[in-house]
Amino acid sequence: MIAEKKIIKQKVDEEREGKKKKREIAIPGEKIVSGKEYLPGDGTVREKDDIVARRFGLADISGRLVKVIPLSGIYMPRVGNIVIGRVEDVTFNGWILDLKSPYSSFLSVSECPRYIKGDLTEYYDIGDVLACKVVSVKHKSIDLTIKDRGLGKLDKGLIIHINSNKVPRVIGREGSMIKMIKDETGCEITVGQNGVVWISGSKVEDELKAKEAVLFVANKSYIEGLTDKVKKFFEGKRGGKK
Amino acid sequence: MKISDLMKKRIQEFLDEEKRFDNRKLLEFRKIEIETGVSKNAEGSARVKIGDTEVIAGVKIDVTEPYTDHEDEGTLMVVAELLPLSSPHFEPGPPRIEAIELARIVDRGLRESGFIDFKKLCVKKGEKVFGVCVDIYSINNDGNLIDASCLAAVSALKTARMPKYDTKLERIKYGELTSKGLPLTKNLPLTITFHKIGEKILIDPSSEEEETSEGRISFALSRNPGKKEDIVINAIQKGNPKTFEEKEIFEIAELAVEKFKELEKRIKTKEK
Repeated sequence: MIAEKKIIKQKVDEEREGKKKKREIAIPGEKIVSGKEYLPGDGTVREKDDIVARRFGLADISGRLVKVIPLSGIYMPRVGNIVIGRVEDVTFNGWILDLKSPYSSFLSVSECPRYIKGDLTEYYDIGDVLACKVVSVKHKSIDLTIKDRGLGKLDKGLIIHINSNKVPRVIGREGSMIKMIKDETGCEITVGQNGVVWISGSKVEDELKAKEAVLFVANKSYIEGLTDKVKKFFEGKRGGKK
Repeated sequence: MKISDLMKKRIQEFLDEEKRFDNRKLLEFRKIEIETGVSKNAEGSARVKIGDTEVIAGVKIDVTEPYTDHEDEGTLMVVAELLPLSSPHFEPGPPRIEAIELARIVDRGLRESGFIDFKKLCVKKGEKVFGVCVDIYSINNDGNLIDASCLAAVSALKTARMPKYDTKLERIKYGELTSKGLPLTKNLPLTITFHKIGEKILIDPSSEEEETSEGRISFALSRNPGKKEDIVINAIQKGNPKTFEEKEIFEIAELAVEKFKELEKRIKTKEK
């Protein structure tokens, strides 16, 4: 039994190593693979026979599909994303938000859960922060909604900015990482897909701890077994306090 | 993304508890790094990092005509450029008010301290003098560009080498440097910038704190050339709308002297 386990473990390790070898760093314009049998995915483009990277990141080949997992770059909105933005301007029928993305985004009055009458600045004014959901991306305009649970104006807590490409690591597999940070610090955390993170806790220390943890994950996103590292990070914090 | 009202409120609340986001004290500088000789073509250059803020300064020396009221003195020119790459708030184009103000603060700090001995930069009275030009470029802005720029300018001037002067043609031999440095005195001019948020005074703000800042006051200080123990204020610049009370100004002036000594010490230990 034990011998069998060992063999399986070895195999898994080998597989993991094999996976690691597949993911190499690609820079824009670099050829990843050549051959008509491969298909260009996100962040890549076909140039004759070659698949060429369009972004800086890790080239990932899974089956026939070739894609680049970006390591840097600005946030590009997608339908269904939860984002956090700052009100930049107020128009007669809605608000214009800054999402740290190249295009301007619009939140219409009709997408608000409340009945809104009169001066719009009484509801959300310039400088306010809102958690929103992207409902549509057309050409260069983004439409947002706050008709959902947990969306709307954020009126306490603090905001930190991380690279939007690191957001999946901060959230973790099925939210495991963010859940751990939430449990450890007792803070409410919303991670916007655009790299804006909102943290709110009852105590200043908790918020700072959560902030440190989020930045820790964002800065060390390339390390494997990050969940354990974060666990140790929290243990160290606790040890330090004693 | 500009700073939100939420964050402004938070920073103020934190400061009321004497706390900052990066666990610093109110009157504490971030890590300072100085690297000299970063530019191949400049007579002297330096890269200064204060936390994530990064500034490059370069010195060029040329022969020019003196000003008519200072016929036997060299000239000094400080130019700052806030590169769009260094911050989302900077745009390309001719220097705006922020860049001009930044250059002026550094200029006044250098000039009034007597750090450069302008009399020794005279080649021929009334006709030819050496002109020193300091260029400042922001590489990354995470607050406190003023202090970083001044530090970079001073470090660059300290490493600058005089160019070779062709007496026949009465001009500089380009690309050829002598081993002689600029005629500098030992009193280091430095600026310390204080920010007021609510009722609290802090130094070396991060970009978030700088955006929240309601009042700003910069002190350019140096040692008194006659009496080394004394520290003199060479220039003061006030920015941002909020006012300072008379009492506060005196308090800040004393703090500035204290911080000047600390900063001077830190720089001296760095150089060794």
